[in-house]
Amino acid sequence: MQVAIQGPWSPLLGRLTLSAIPYTNPILVGTFAVAALIALVVAGAVLYYKKLGYLWREWLTTVDHKKIGVMYIIVGLVMFFRAFVDGLMMRTQQAMAIGPHSPGVLGAQHGYLPPFHFDQVYSAHGTIMILFAATPLLTGLTNVVVPLQIGARDMAFPYMNALSLWLTTAGAILVMLSLFVGDFSSAGWVGLIPLTELPYSPGVGVDYWMWAIQISSIGTTLNAINMIVTIIKMRAPGMGWFRVPVFTWTTLSTNIIGLTAFPILGVVLALLGADRYLGTHFFTAGNGGNLMLYTNMFWIWGHPEVYFLVLPAFGIFSEIIPTFSEKPLFGYTTMVAATFAIAGISWAVWLHHFFTMGAGADVNGFFSIATMLVGIPTGVKVFNWMFTLYRGRLTFTTPMLWALAGLFLLLVGGITGMMLAIPAINYTVHNSVFVIAHFHCMVLLVAAAIFAGVVYWFPKVFGFQLDEKNGLMFFWSFITATAIVFTAMFALGFQGETRRLDYIFNPAWRPMLWTEEAGMMLYLVSIFYFLRMLYVSLRDRVPVASDPWGTARTLEFLTHSPVPFYNFAVTPQVNARDELAWRREHGLDKAQPEAFEPIHMPSNTGVPIIIGMLSLTLGFGLIWRIWWMAGFSLLAIIIAVIIRSFDKNLGYELKPEEVAAMERNLATASIIAEQPARTPLTEAEAH
Amino acid sequence: MATQAAPGAGTRLFHPHFEGHDQISARTLGFWLYMLSDALLFTGLFLAYAVLNNPMGAAGGPIATQIVNPVEGMWQTYAVLGSVAAYSLATVALKKGSMVGVMAGIVISILLALVFLGYEVHDLMGLMAQGHGPDSSGFLSAFFVLIATHGLHMVFGILWMIVMLVQIPTLGFSPNVVARLLNLRMFWQFQATVWVLVYVYVYMIGAF
Repeated sequence: MQVAIQGPWSPLLGRLTLSAIPYTNPILVGTFAVAALIALVVAGAVLYYKKLGYLWREWLTTVDHKKIGVMYIIVGLVMFFRAFVDGLMMRTQQAMAIGPHSPGVLGAQHGYLPPFHFDQVYSAHGTIMILFAATPLLTGLTNVVVPLQIGARDMAFPYMNALSLWLTTAGAILVMLSLFVGDFSSAGWVGLIPLTELPYSPGVGVDYWMWAIQISSIGTTLNAINMIVTIIKMRAPGMGWFRVPVFTWTTLSTNIIGLTAFPILGVVLALLGADRYLGTHFFTAGNGGNLMLYTNMFWIWGHPEVYFLVLPAFGIFSEIIPTFSEKPLFGYTTMVAATFAIAGISWAVWLHHFFTMGAGADVNGFFSIATMLVGIPTGVKVFNWMFTLYRGRLTFTTPMLWALAGLFLLLVGGITGMMLAIPAINYTVHNSVFVIAHFHCMVLLVAAAIFAGVVYWFPKVFGFQLDEKNGLMFFWSFITATAIVFTAMFALGFQGETRRLDYIFNPAWRPMLWTEEAGMMLYLVSIFYFLRMLYVSLRDRVPVASDPWGTARTLEFLTHSPVPFYNFAVTPQVNARDELAWRREHGLDKAQPEAFEPIHMPSNTGVPIIIGMLSLTLGFGLIWRIWWMAGFSLLAIIIAVIIRSFDKNLGYELKPEEVAAMERNLATASIIAEQPARTPLTEAEAH
Repeated sequence: MATQAAPGAGTRLFHPHFEGHDQISARTLGFWLYMLSDALLFTGLFLAYAVLNNPMGAAGGPIATQIVNPVEGMWQTYAVLGSVAAYSLATVALKKGSMVGVMAGIVISILLALVFLGYEVHDLMGLMAQGHGPDSSGFLSAFFVLIATHGLHMVFGILWMIVMLVQIPTLGFSPNVVARLLNLRMFWQFQATVWVLVYVYVYMIGAF
């Protein structure tokens, strides 16, 4: 049953040999040097400041939704940077390799990347941006914000929340590992079939791609379950469904998509894995395999995934625009209905990713109309935001600017999307960079929402604001760069440039390609300002009030900044849709609870990170076909789960005096403060 | 707007001693959602099976009509339904608080599940011996993977039951143990439902 593979294999190391380490490639050696240096500096700093114990006790074993959210965001930002560098490498290659006389360096005939390496770069760029940057960043934001916004102490399943994080991190580490051990898939982020099959991709690249996504998507599915249960079961008293903030609504809808779409991705990758490892014929070219089965199944996940990303972004806009317009959100009910309409239609549009399959006019017509229908609820949302802005008292803070820029990107991305929904146009521009420019407008809208959300909620978590001056520079350089790169890309798409080109045969495209490269340089400037924003804010640390913006409307800004690790000393009673705005209007926003009460908290546990790291070795063992390693890891995961099920830890209790002391001195309760060891409750105390 | 009523004398701003959430009901809902995702996993496998169950997918090899045996499958169905019935009797015993009853029900449930798996392994090994392994055609790939994924669910269910057989005497009927027993009941009925769908779609419809 097990498939014969090319090349050497040994029982101890599987396919792993010294030649898998790309020490001859100067780009990867340089990357490794930089990565190793950063790792050494971080590890050295942790050891020098004697923070190893703190790191383990307070972060790596935490079950606090805010810390988990922050770690998701850190993972997401690191991966975002990595995938940006991939993008920069692609643009640079295309700016260099124009025409037959363009020089080549580093072993490439033209430019500096040989085709095999270039293919890996674009495959990694797409895979990372969608699954290891945007997804963790949004998951992180929802993890931090949603429990606060609904007045809960934590997520419904804090332990499973940590598990989701470490599974996602394990996937991200696998992708990074592929840089230095072996290589990554060169078959595109969608896994072009049958190129991903063993005869055409005999290396480990596709296995890296497949297992990294598989492991992290289990994490995403678990997180979706957690979020849905949290939102349904843990809302503060008084928060009926029509008092739920819109960001929480969009998180609910997005996680319903996540819960229902990610299993299909799991299946399609598992079937591909069966083809590659067991020699089955699901998607092979011959022996009864069906190529379009793969493509359909991939996009049955793939399109809902797009809305999985964009709906929380819409939710962030729906929080920020009312706050900085000093008005309630226009058309709350229609906003919620539109959210669920988009989520529903997301299931009936997948075929527009391959109109050229040749399914015929009826099928294409159906999916074309379904795709255009998405424009209706999205239009409702845009008009709701516009009417919220209309005659509002606008303040152009950085989050607001990001949100408004997001609306412009939505307009451009949405209208080009409507063009692409028409099969006749789609046939013409299919596979051209016009499509790339379209969906980059959409995902950069998500990026804009993420930056808006990070700036907006950062002071809530850490108790100080991000520097506005550098934040504005970051915003303007980023948005200008986006405009430059993708305007040029739309033009190139109309001129017929197809995607994924490692060599540009038409010198007439040179001006536009160089324009794109100039835009990429501006993105580098924006990264400088982003880092400077972080540096200046961390240096100055200007403390803020519980509502740092002064006009926020929802429950998360009712509790203190920095938010104590127990969220709310006493659970608030919700009286209105925009609870904080309602309290402020009636002069109640400074009201404090009369007395404190004991708070029951879950204890930290090391099991999630252990399972996460075991799934990393499981993935590594499977990728390199080191069977003992994979088998041992799988067995160890099962044993860890069973041992954990015998755990009798009932959590611990904060005494009212402790809570009162922490409420007086918030620094001792913030998520960066170190907590003393607390004894778990006994069976008798718990009842 | 009704939601924007002005505060009055009875307005509460805080809700001390709010329980937050009911542990077991949150866990049950979470488990239902997990089963939804698992059902979608099977949807994907059924989809692949439906697409590949035709002469083109079989690539010259057999299709369902030539290899499935609805009579033998019937015995398997009896075994799996019997196993569910035994587990249901275990939960009746749980209501009465009888540890022996619960454990006896689980043991019978495991035995019947093993009978089912015995049939299945025999069935699949037989096909492989005839040269109709999962690596011979697209259709057989889909057939084997669909059946084996269901079988794998049963193996995990059996593992879960064995863990419960240890936990019931050691931990007693603690809230955690009871919640696990109830979730396991849902899981066991879920896998049986999947089997019934497999039986109807693959064995009965497939036989004609």
